[in-house]
Amino acid sequence: MGHSVYLDHASTTYTKPEVLKEMLPYFTDLYGNPSSVHRYGREARKALDQARERTAAALNADPNEIYFTGSGTEADNWAVKGTALANSKKGNHIITSSIEHHAVLYTCKYLERNGFEVTYLPVDEYGLVDPEQVRNAITDKTILVSVMAANNEIGTIQPIGEIGAIAREKGILFHTDAVQAVGSIPIDVKEMNIDLLSLSAHKFYGPKGAGALYMRKGVKSEQIMHGGAQERNRRAGTENLPAIVGLGKAIELAVTDIPQRNARLEALRNRLIDGILSTVENTRLNGHPIKRLAGNVNFSFEFIEGEALLLSLDIKGIAGSSGSACTSGSLDPSHVLLAIGLSHEIAHGSLRLTLGDRNTEEDIDYVLEVLPEVVQRLREMSPLFNQNKGGRTYV
Amino acid sequence: MYSEQVMDHFMNPRNVGEIENPDGVGEVGNARCGDIMKVFMKIENDIIVDVKFKTFGCGAAIATSSMSTELIKGKTVDEALRVTNKKVTEALGGLPPVKLHCSVLAEEAIKAAIEDYKNKQAEKQTADSI
Repeated sequence: MGHSVYLDHASTTYTKPEVLKEMLPYFTDLYGNPSSVHRYGREARKALDQARERTAAALNADPNEIYFTGSGTEADNWAVKGTALANSKKGNHIITSSIEHHAVLYTCKYLERNGFEVTYLPVDEYGLVDPEQVRNAITDKTILVSVMAANNEIGTIQPIGEIGAIAREKGILFHTDAVQAVGSIPIDVKEMNIDLLSLSAHKFYGPKGAGALYMRKGVKSEQIMHGGAQERNRRAGTENLPAIVGLGKAIELAVTDIPQRNARLEALRNRLIDGILSTVENTRLNGHPIKRLAGNVNFSFEFIEGEALLLSLDIKGIAGSSGSACTSGSLDPSHVLLAIGLSHEIAHGSLRLTLGDRNTEEDIDYVLEVLPEVVQRLREMSPLFNQNKGGRTYV
Repeated sequence: MYSEQVMDHFMNPRNVGEIENPDGVGEVGNARCGDIMKVFMKIENDIIVDVKFKTFGCGAAIATSSMSTELIKGKTVDEALRVTNKKVTEALGGLPPVKLHCSVLAEEAIKAAIEDYKNKQAEKQTADSI
């Protein structure tokens, strides 16, 4: 007992102590409103500006192209709805992928109910979008292409540079949801022809409650949040300054040593993947074997259900997540796992383990010790599992 | 999110397994939805003398399978038919609303096994009378 292994960093990360340290004065001492004229306001404004500069530098953007939001979800909503509304005279067609986060997918569904047309591009078995399919889907009504930089469930890294080049060539706006990618893959909005990009602080060791939307200068977009002059009149609401300060510090740290951090995470990740594949039968790795986030592991275990697996692991001190329906509150398992061609049955038995900077080899070895037993226990209870045959065909 | 009783029945499920030559078998749910419960019964003189289950599903599905089999073990068939999903849920100290369907599934699995038993009895009687 006493083990505590957190492997759910794609859900959220802890806040790094050096990030928290920079945030704290903005709760108790430097609590001014950045919009105020007085000294308190000016101090707060200075901190807001610095966070904006740091965020811009991390993406190779200009500071006045960064707009802070309350979350990555808000940034996605704003990117998609804002550009759709502002460009509706030009056209009403949006291209996205079938494996986007719901913040993009459900926003697209909402727009469909309001006169827009959306193409949801399929992905291959590894979850990759084909840039040529993006090109072929473009019509004279297309106003926006939105494809995520990396997938939150299976970790597949998309060819956003290629997609960005196609969109730019055709004069169509390109948005990428980079919530999972920032700090894990280098991003250069100029080189990659990105017009809009969403990010969220709590995915890269910053606090919850702060996100940002990068919007290239000149991009036409409607406001979603009305009622104040904040963020250069484009996003009303008093800034969550402590969290934004944290975002600024966290993104600075996150992009400084990507190769070294990735090398460490990849070694741990591969140890986990190889270990699972060699100890548990009837198992498949979901996502791309190479083009995947350094910390992402996603498996399907046949004959068992993901929530039961998560509960069992939790009792052993291991925190993970699943694409099972039972963890989503709906009857359908993850749309991402279905989009890469998994049957419902296999998708229900998925487990996502996402590594972070504090994980160690000991953590991985502990998982490899516990997981096979846990899977076996559940399989022995499952009517789908036949010990002699190793399983039965699904009904 | 789960009560202590649910966690207990999930971690230490009662009556897991299969019965050879059962008098009644019921299987409900489907893999597509992520829940399958299969219940096996040994019935003598209309009394459920043994019951086992196998379940593919979430924590609540396993716990409701375990609890429902406990509630009917040693009972008459008629008594077992009166074990509702509500009784199973109560015995488990409640279930989260999204998991109530698991208790429905448990009730259905028991009813399906008893129906199977009754059908087999009817067949036997028909065979005997011929």
